Amino acid sequence: MAWPIVGFLFEPLVRRAQGTWRTVGRTAQFPPGSTRQVAFLDPTPLPWAGQTAATASWLRHEAGGDFIAFSVNCTHLGCPVRWEQGPQLFMCPCHGGVFYADGSPASGPPLRALARYPVRVVGGTVQIWTGPLPIA
Amino acid sequence: MRRVWRWIDDRTGLITTIRRIAHHPVPPRTGWRYVLGSATLIAFLIQVGTGIALATVYVPSTTNAYDSIDFITHGAALGHVLRGMHYFGASAMMILIGLHLLRVFLTASYKFPREVNWLTGVGLLGLVVVMAFTGQLLRWDQNAVWSAVVAAEQAGRVPWIGTALAHFILAGDRLGGATLSRFFAFHVFFVPAIIFLFIGIHVYLVLHHGISEPPEVQPRIDPATYRKEYRALLAARGRPFWPDVVWRDAIMALVVVIVVLALAQWIGPPEVGKPPNPSIINASPRPDWYFLWYFAVLALLPKHVEQPYFIVLAPLIALMVLIALPFVFPSGERRLTRRPWAVLVAAGVLFVVGYFWWLGERAPWSPVFDVQPLVLHGVAPADTLQLTGARLFHDTGCEFCHTVAGQGGHHGPDLSRVGARLDSAQIASRILGGGPDMPAFVGKLSPADVQALVAFLRRDHSRRIDPSP
Repeated sequence: MAWPIVGFLFEPLVRRAQGTWRTVGRTAQFPPGSTRQVAFLDPTPLPWAGQTAATASWLRHEAGGDFIAFSVNCTHLGCPVRWEQGPQLFMCPCHGGVFYADGSPASGPPLRALARYPVRVVGGTVQIWTGPLPIA
Repeated sequence: MRRVWRWIDDRTGLITTIRRIAHHPVPPRTGWRYVLGSATLIAFLIQVGTGIALATVYVPSTTNAYDSIDFITHGAALGHVLRGMHYFGASAMMILIGLHLLRVFLTASYKFPREVNWLTGVGLLGLVVVMAFTGQLLRWDQNAVWSAVVAAEQAGRVPWIGTALAHFILAGDRLGGATLSRFFAFHVFFVPAIIFLFIGIHVYLVLHHGISEPPEVQPRIDPATYRKEYRALLAARGRPFWPDVVWRDAIMALVVVIVVLALAQWIGPPEVGKPPNPSIINASPRPDWYFLWYFAVLALLPKHVEQPYFIVLAPLIALMVLIALPFVFPSGERRLTRRPWAVLVAAGVLFVVGYFWWLGERAPWSPVFDVQPLVLHGVAPADTLQLTGARLFHDTGCEFCHTVAGQGGHHGPDLSRVGARLDSAQIASRILGGGPDMPAFVGKLSPADVQALVAFLRRDHSRRIDPSP
């Protein structure tokens, strides 16, 4: 009798990570050198997930033309980092973690760089591979 | 009526059992110190009652939970008071169980033969903490969503099984529709069921061993003779719980209910925050007050001890210390005058938690994102270069973390008089090269920008200057 209960509760542990490419805009919307927040849906949102299925990323268009998609989660404890255009830094409101524009840690508690998602450009649109929450 | 009463007692034995429990002898001189356990139970019962009522309207779905909480708070009859009672009931539980633990520790009531009483109490403390945390998440607003992420990230630090644990908490590898359902099930079914079980064992053990006598009555514990001495004490000086002792518990219960009700009516529940949309990242997640001290600890830990084990090991060590206590000190002295270390430990823990709680309330490490530009707030730079420097001080984010003339963040040092301790080259070097806890601005600022910032900072800003009319 316990097997179905335990199996049901612990199924998320063995579930294979799922992902998909999500279009976040046209390349022209992201001028070179800019860092913009983009929002998109999880790969397989449950029917009742509602707005909780939304997620976000910081999309940076490098001057050289490459795109980088950063996770919005601070690598200290996962709070949402903000991009501050003036100082060109990602800053975390929770414990004061700061990251440089390339995602590397600048000050505060974080020791690791911001996680990145795969990005590709298809037919003039920018697509991000939705990944799981980056866990330490 | 009396016949019915007798019939029930004959068939169930309940009335005789209740009468025996009600009249069980209590040692002398217990006093008001001994009402904290029953007061905690009353707070728990408030939570059960208000929680059941809230659950009749609350919708544990990520689509509707936020709106249902909003309706309970602002639309449902008495919903505002009910939520307030649940919130302040939780606070009362945290405070009372903490005080009860402190009393048991200070009177050394954890010693022989009450080791398991202590262990079930420690278990209850842990369960109450889990209830407090999961309850905060059921608000399912922006703060709750990010708190769930923080919980998963902390769980992720557990060696080997961290990621699996995080996915278990989130019910998946990210926030989603199943996350809230999981927290709801834990908060409403799983954890309360264990709490009921632990309370049952705890109360049974209190009756089984008898209420511990105050240290003044029994200053030392010798396991070889204790039970005999305790029985002799009860026979000679014991008083029946009903009616000689129960009145204090009744008054305390009344006080707890009145205070919770009054706070719910006059202050009300915490306002629901922004919607639970993880793509709205302009958020500053903060835990409820009882976790603020730990929130501060996580911010202020040196990097080399923070990663990766402290977050996991520190609470584990604290738990192990609490579990080990009655086995390390099972007998001996109970009087506080002979146990100065116990007083020191209790005072030290209270001081440290209080200090970090105070820091957590202020959160000086957090950047002040909405700080106003200095030039608009009374700092009157003397020339154009300083004016440019003042503007840059705000625009490049220096002001998020540094105070000048009483305005700005507190993450870094106050720079109002930095010109008195550093020369221009030193200030420029610090700006460009950064420091152990400051980002470097090399490549972000032009030489002219640095010159302007240095000119601004070299000026003495220790006296606030009123804006020009």
